[in-house]
Amino acid sequence: MDFNLTDEQRMLQDTVARMIREQYDFESRMKLLEEPAGYSKEIWSQFADLGLLGIPFSEESGGFGGGGVELMLVMQEFGRGLVVEPYLPTVVLAGGLIESLGSDAQKEALLEPLIGGELVMSFAHGEPQSRYDLSHVETKAEKSGDGYRLTGRKAVVLNGDSADKLVVSARVSGDVTDSDGIALFVVDANAEGVTRRGYQTVDGLRAAEIILDGVQVGADGVLGEPGKAFPAIEQVVGRGIAALCAEAVGAMEAACGWTLEYLNQRKQFGVPIGKFQALQHRMVDMQMHTEQARSMAILAASRLEEDYELRERTLSAAKALIGQAGRFVSEQAIQLHGGIGMTWEYAVAHYAKRLVMIDHVLGDTDQHIERYVALTDNQAEGEAAGAPLAANA
Amino acid sequence: MDIHYTPEEQAFRDEVRTFLKNKLPEDIATKVKAGKHLGKEEMVRWQKILNEQGWLAQSWPVEYGGTGWTPVQKHIFDEESSKAGAPGVVPFGVSMVAPVIIKFGTEAQKEYYLPRILNQDDWWCQGYSEPGAGSDLAGLKTRAVREGDHYVVNGQKTWTTLGQYANMIFCLVRTDPEAKKQEGISFLLIDMSTPGITVRPIYTIEGGHEVNEVFFEDVKVPVENLVGEENKGWTCAKYLLTHERTGIAGVGMAKEALSKLKSIAWDQKKNGRPLMEDPLFRNRVAQVEIDLMAMEMTNLRVLAAAKEGGAPGAESSMLKIKGTEVRQEIYDLMRRAVGPYAIPFLPEFFDAEAGEGPEVGPEYAPPLAGRYFNNRKLSIYGGSNEIQKNIISKMILGL
Ligand SMILES: Cc1cc2nc3c(=O)[nH]c(=O)nc-3n(C[C@H](O)[C@H](O)[C@H](O)COP(=O)(O)OP(=O)(O)OC[C@H]3O[C@@H](n4cnc5c(N)ncnc54)[C@H](O)[C@@H]3O)c2cc1C
Repeated sequence: MDFNLTDEQRMLQDTVARMIREQYDFESRMKLLEEPAGYSKEIWSQFADLGLLGIPFSEESGGFGGGGVELMLVMQEFGRGLVVEPYLPTVVLAGGLIESLGSDAQKEALLEPLIGGELVMSFAHGEPQSRYDLSHVETKAEKSGDGYRLTGRKAVVLNGDSADKLVVSARVSGDVTDSDGIALFVVDANAEGVTRRGYQTVDGLRAAEIILDGVQVGADGVLGEPGKAFPAIEQVVGRGIAALCAEAVGAMEAACGWTLEYLNQRKQFGVPIGKFQALQHRMVDMQMHTEQARSMAILAASRLEEDYELRERTLSAAKALIGQAGRFVSEQAIQLHGGIGMTWEYAVAHYAKRLVMIDHVLGDTDQHIERYVALTDNQAEGEAAGAPLAANA
Repeated sequence: MDIHYTPEEQAFRDEVRTFLKNKLPEDIATKVKAGKHLGKEEMVRWQKILNEQGWLAQSWPVEYGGTGWTPVQKHIFDEESSKAGAPGVVPFGVSMVAPVIIKFGTEAQKEYYLPRILNQDDWWCQGYSEPGAGSDLAGLKTRAVREGDHYVVNGQKTWTTLGQYANMIFCLVRTDPEAKKQEGISFLLIDMSTPGITVRPIYTIEGGHEVNEVFFEDVKVPVENLVGEENKGWTCAKYLLTHERTGIAGVGMAKEALSKLKSIAWDQKKNGRPLMEDPLFRNRVAQVEIDLMAMEMTNLRVLAAAKEGGAPGAESSMLKIKGTEVRQEIYDLMRRAVGPYAIPFLPEFFDAEAGEGPEVGPEYAPPLAGRYFNNRKLSIYGGSNEIQKNIISKMILGL
C-alpha cells in the first residue's frame, strides 16, 4: 500500500489548486452565480485548456485516461473553491454514460466537443417520485419510426437549464422500479417537446425541472442497447458519488480552515475564543470528521474499477459517512463563528450549504446506509462477514 | 404529584382553541403553516387581535395589563397557538423592553411606553450585540456622553432583528469608560428616526433579511430616555435575560414542527412506501419525539419551580440548550425528508400569496432547506449554547 501520489498526479493537483487559488476566491465565485448560465463559460474553457474536462475519459476517446484518484484530486480542489461549473453533470455523469455506452460515432460526435469545452451536457434521470432510487423511471420511450418518442418529467436535473444536450433515461419495458427496461437517449435540450424550468439551488448551483412531451429521438440518439442501461447508470453514478465525496472533503478542509483561523483571531472576554477548551474540542471533532471523510473518499476513488459488490458497497459506505461528516462540519463551522457564520456574505455559510446539499445528491446518508446493509447481506450469505478492508484485500 | 391538567386548565385550553378558531385570520395562519414570510402588517394585525383579547402581555403584572397566567396556562396557550398556525409574538417590545420598564422605569416612562407597546404603536428592536461584543456582551463599546439634557451616542450595534421595521430601539451603551466592564453601562431607549441613525440589512445564510446593522453617529437622546440609573444598565440587561429565557424552550413550536415533519414523511415515498414507514427514518423521528416529550416535562417542572421563586434561574439555560437542539434536529429531518426537492432555491415562493404553491416539487418543500439553515441561529443567539453550558457548569454545578 502506498498513499503517495505519482509525479503526474501531484502535477495535476498543483495545476488545479493554483487555478482555484488564483481565480476562484470567494468574491469571484459569488459573482459567477449571477452569470446567465450560473457559471463562467470562460472558466469552463480554461478547464478545457488545462485538460481537466478530459480527465476521466480514455485516451482513445480523446481523454487523459485518468482513474478515480485523478478525479478525486480535481474534485477536492473544486470543493475547496466551491466551484459552480457543471463538471459533475457534464463530464462525470453525461460524459461517463456516453463513453460507457456510446457507439464510436456517438463518442466522436459528443466527447470531442465535450472535452474541448464546447458542449455542455446534463444527465436527466431523477424524477418527481424517484427520490434516490436509481431504477425508478416512469418516463416512457415508445418506438417511433427508427427512433423513439419520450414522454415524462425529470426532476432537479443539475445544470439542466443551461445544458446544450441531455442524456435522458426512459423506460422501454417493465415496471416503474425495474432495473431492467431502462434506456438512455441523447436529446437536444432545445428539441421540440422539451420544456425546462430552471432555478438556482440552495448551494448556488443551477438545476431544472424538465418536461418531455413526445420528444422525438432518432436512431443516432439511442445510447447503447435499449432496456439494458441500468448497469452503466449505476457505475457512472458510482463515479459521481466518488466525485462528490472528494468535493466534500475539499469543502470540509476549507470550512475547517476558515474556522481555525477564526478561533485564533476572534476575541471575546479578552482572549481568542480558540482558548476555550469547549471550542478546542469541537474543532478537533471537525478535523476528525474531515479525516474520516478523506479516508472514505480515497477508498471510494480507489475502488471504482473493482467488482460490483466491493465497489458499490464502498461507494455507499463513503457517501453515508460523508453525508454525516459534512453535516457535522457545516453545523459546527457556523456555530463556532457565532452570528457571522450565519451571514450570506461570509464564505463559511456557503461551504455549509454545499456540504449539506451534497447529502441530497445521488443518495443521502440513509439511502446509502440501507444500500450498504443490503449489499453486505448479499455478500455475507457466502462467507462470514469480515471487516470490509480485510475481506477485500 | 399529578401530571394531569386540572379541569380549569382544560377549560382554559378550550377557551384558547375557541379564540384561535374565531379570531386567528386565515390568511396569516395559511402563510405560517406554509413557511412563508410574514410582513410587518400581518404581525401587527395579529398582535392587535391578541391585545383586544387582553392576551398579548403574558408576562406583565396584571395591573399593567398582563394576563396573570400561570406557567401552565402560558404553556397551553403556546401549544395551541403554534398548532393553529398563529405567529409568535415579536418579543422585543412586549417581552423584553416592557418588563424592564415595569421594573426599573419611571412613572412617566411606564405611562408613555406600555400602552404604546400594547396598542402596537411602537415596534421595538434590541440593540445589545456589537461587532466586538457578542458572547462577551459587557465588552460593548457604543458610547453615550452626557451633554446637558441629552446623551450623545456614537457606535454600532449589529444583528438587530427586524430593526428594519422598528421605530424604537433599546440599547446598552457605555456611559463610563473608566469603570469595570459591567459597571459603566446604561440602558437607553432611542427613537430610530433621530438624525444620525443608519440601518443596513444583513442577509442571512438562506437569503433572508431579518437582521441588521445599526450605526449611531452623534445621535442625541433625551436624558429622560434613560431607564434605571446611569451606569446600572447591566442590572436591567440581566433582568431582561431571565425574561428572554422563559419561553425559550419553544415547546409549542417544536411540537408543531414535529407534527409537520410527520405529515411530510407520510406524504413522501421511499421505495414505494411512505417514508414514515422507512425503519431508519422512523427511528430518527421517534428519537426526537422522545427527546421532545422529556423536554416538555422538564420545561413544565422548571416553570413550576419558578412560579414560587420568580423567573427561572440557571435552569433556564438547560431549556435553552435542549429546546434549540430539539428544534434543530426536527428541521434537519424535515429537509432530509424531501430528498432531492430540498435542493431548489425558490426565494419568490416566500413572498408569494398564501396558498400559492411552487412549480417545483411538493408545496411543503421549498422552505425546508432554508429553514434548516436559518435555524442554526437558535444555538447562537439568546446566549449561545456554549455560553449556556458555561452558566450551568458554574451556577448549578459549581465547577
Ligand atoms: C439571527 C440572529 C439574530 C440576532 N438578533 C439579535 C438582536 O435582535 N439583538 C441583539 O442584540 N443581538 C442579536 N443577535 C446576536 C447574538 O446574541 C450573538 O450572535 C450571540 O450573542 C453570539 O455572539 P457572536 O455572534 O459575536 O459570537 P461570539 O461571541 O464571537 O462567539 C463565537 C463562538 O465562540 C463561542 N464562545 C464565546 N465565548 C465562549 C466561552 N467563554 N466559552 C465557550 N465558547 C465561547 C460561542 O458560543 C460561539 O460558538 C442575533 C444573532 C443572530 C445570529
